[in-house]
Amino acid sequence: MASTGAFRVPIIARETDSSPIADRLDRTWRTPAGIFGWLVSVDHKSIGKRYLVTAFLFLIMGGIEAAVMRAQLIRPNQTLLSPEAYNQLFTMHGVTMIFLYAMPVLSGFSNYIWPLMLGSRDMAFPRLNAFSYWTFLFAGCFLYASFVVGRAPDAGWFNYVPYASREYDPGINIDDYALGMILLGVSGTVGAINFIVTLFRTRAPGMSINRVPMMVWGTLTASVGNLFAIPAVSLAFFLLWLDRQFGAHFYDVTGGGQPLLWQHLFWMFGHPWVYAIVLPAMGIVSDALPVFCRRPLVGYTAVALATITTMILGFGVWVHHMFATGLPPLSLSFFSAASMVIVIPSAVAVFAWIATIWTGRPVFTTAFLFFAGFIFVFVVGGVSGFMTAAVPLDWQLTDTYFVVAHIHYVLIGINVFPVVGGIYYWFPKMTGKLLNETLGRWNFWLMFAGFNIGFFPMHIAGLLGMPRRIYTYPDGLGWNTVNLITSLGAYLFAIGVLLFVINVFRSAKFGRVAGPNPWDAPYLEWSTPSPPPAYNFAVIPTIGSRYPLWEDRLEHGPTDSYVDQGYLLNRGRETVGTTALDAEPDVVLEMPGDTIAPLILAIALVALICAALFHAWWGVGVAAAVTFIAAVAWLWPEARLGQTKEIARG
Amino acid sequence: MADATFAPQALPVGSKGRHASGWWGMIALIVSEGALFAYLIFSYFYIASQAHDVWPPGGRPHFWIAVPGTIILIVGSFTARYAERGIERGNKPRMLAGMGVTLVLGIVFLLLQGVEWRGKPFTFTSSAYSSLYFTVTGFHMLHVFIGLLIIIMLMIWTAFDYFGARRHAAASIGAMYWHFVTVVWIAVFSTFYIAPYLG
Ligand code: HEM
Ligand SMILES: [Cu+2]
Repeated sequence: MASTGAFRVPIIARETDSSPIADRLDRTWRTPAGIFGWLVSVDHKSIGKRYLVTAFLFLIMGGIEAAVMRAQLIRPNQTLLSPEAYNQLFTMHGVTMIFLYAMPVLSGFSNYIWPLMLGSRDMAFPRLNAFSYWTFLFAGCFLYASFVVGRAPDAGWFNYVPYASREYDPGINIDDYALGMILLGVSGTVGAINFIVTLFRTRAPGMSINRVPMMVWGTLTASVGNLFAIPAVSLAFFLLWLDRQFGAHFYDVTGGGQPLLWQHLFWMFGHPWVYAIVLPAMGIVSDALPVFCRRPLVGYTAVALATITTMILGFGVWVHHMFATGLPPLSLSFFSAASMVIVIPSAVAVFAWIATIWTGRPVFTTAFLFFAGFIFVFVVGGVSGFMTAAVPLDWQLTDTYFVVAHIHYVLIGINVFPVVGGIYYWFPKMTGKLLNETLGRWNFWLMFAGFNIGFFPMHIAGLLGMPRRIYTYPDGLGWNTVNLITSLGAYLFAIGVLLFVINVFRSAKFGRVAGPNPWDAPYLEWSTPSPPPAYNFAVIPTIGSRYPLWEDRLEHGPTDSYVDQGYLLNRGRETVGTTALDAEPDVVLEMPGDTIAPLILAIALVALICAALFHAWWGVGVAAAVTFIAAVAWLWPEARLGQTKEIARG
Repeated sequence: MADATFAPQALPVGSKGRHASGWWGMIALIVSEGALFAYLIFSYFYIASQAHDVWPPGGRPHFWIAVPGTIILIVGSFTARYAERGIERGNKPRMLAGMGVTLVLGIVFLLLQGVEWRGKPFTFTSSAYSSLYFTVTGFHMLHVFIGLLIIIMLMIWTAFDYFGARRHAAASIGAMYWHFVTVVWIAVFSTFYIAPYLG
């Protein structure tokens, strides 16, 4: 194929999605239909949807595990589960929810929405995007494969040594967890790199950094956090594997190692990770809530800064998970203070949301209800977190159901509610159909009521002294009623989730047609048809303000936004690269087409860890060789991508 | 106003130096990998700080092999830079020569490390210190190895005449990775060889 010129003055045009040029763009960008097309696609929209669907499947898996546990705990002295089975269930439930649902679901949103929000035609690294999805999927399957052999990880999701050392937990389960997490870490890291570069390089001209939607801030901050945090956990698991399989002594006191090293590495990762799974969700609320309040978010700059501050502080407070481990008192006081300071930026966000509702004209859609419910739960969860940040109280409450209640208030409140609300909000964009609002009401109220009925009593169980992670309890300790209520609430919650799933399937078929902008929202993604065409935008938009589609009613800066006039860029898959802060046009980016390389690379990597799990070193060698070949094929310089020198055309 | 917004302007096309997405991606990757080594070094100092006996067990490591290794890696970074400047000017032979020297230096470094490993009086399973030593230096050697693969590919691509004065983003990105490997070695070297003399 002919190489591209080194410089070009891109054509500026006015086009709509029905013009012949748009037709040709569509042919350039569309992935061929069929299985093969599905395997090679690098379109951020299909990858985003896959992330969402896969993460929801994992949510349901984790939910089933939880339902079984709650059946066991509904009355004292039940024998539905053996202690071993219970251990595996709560561990896999935690692993699934934290690693396979909470983060990937947010990546799904960001993958789908970012290029549309930013006025670009794809992510900065489309192939890497496909790769990060495949590795996530395979790592999830790899972790679940341990169930098939009847031995899943069972030392809790944070897998403390020495419980997780070979001495106390021989068998394949912990090794499976360790290697699976390393692969998942690869997925998370490349995903984070992709988001960061996408944000800094592919915003539409004029979308300076102070004009990006809040969800972008959330995901960006989380991605930067992940970039620093994920290596800690990958390393922790890798060292554990070396200890277990090759007789290393990192965590082993008798050889001069330190069990606490595990806890340090794990929480250096774990705490920022908690913010990584809440900040993008908070970003969803900061963007979508104002749409339903018919006004811009109050305090954009304050909320953006609060997001970043939360993450920075998040790296400073990991020790608060270890208050009960006997560290020197001075360091405990320091970390306790830091943990309390972190409440301040969260409070800023809460006040901004409340002020937005207060000064707006709320429209009580289902999405709005989920966001408002989220704010309520956020406050409750914040208070109980604040309590555990106080050292003496933490000694009292650690390892009781109080902590279980806190975890769920934080994670369900700050992740699940915004996520479901976000689906109600963006489903019309993704499918062209609106979700049913009547079913939506039922869906929300069942989830909200079930959640509070199920998880609030856990606080009480904790205060009554019920320890976490017990597979049953004797009669007569006063724990019967709270546990009965908890289990019933959990089932109510599950029915709510089921209604949601039904609504998705029903509305995808019979839902009302949405049109491009059913909510009259101000962001760029709503300027495209629903669902958006393969090329996203017929011309690259030019941005003049934070709310491009509300410029007719808001005061804004000196220039207008144009969504139907801008760079055409139609010589192959192209989009524009802009400067990091001001978003001045900087380069014409040539984007790669669909390719099987990411899938092959992901398969090679999962084969590599499978072989490593069984010490099949020849298999590791073969897989490494395939990895190398796939990587070289992927990176081979191409004239079409402007990676090789121009050859005089003849 | 609208005219100012749409002033036509010539833009570079495709993968060009610091305009290339890959250049940015490599920076992000290096940040993450740098964090990985920071955690490794943290683990070293954490375990050292908790040690009851002499640290490092068996006495301080000697410099006979590590110092020449360090010098070799640093020189290799300069030759890589020399090569990169060559291709920036479209000078293919200079690119090949510079990268070739870097490749040889990298291999010599790995061989020296092999000698150092064999000469150690302990094995991987002897103690926490030995586990740390082999793991951290092993991680670094793996990175050197990957860097060498990258250099080989760059040389092949240069020989295929893919790069020129205006298109050589891959070479700059690969060279950046190689510099990172050198910098990490300096951190590892300081941790294992210099720190014991300071404490
Ligand atoms: C229907 C919804 C849910 C129910 C009924 C439920 C129930 C439970 C139960 C019974 C436990 C074990 C407590 C123990 O024995 O210590 C648990 C632990 C846990 N849950 Fe959930 N859960 C639900 C949803 C979620 C969600 C959505 C998340 C995260 C996004 C989550 C994260 C966790 C974590 C991290 C643990 C701790 C696991 C461990 O101790 O290692 N749960 N949950
Ligand atoms: Cu924390």
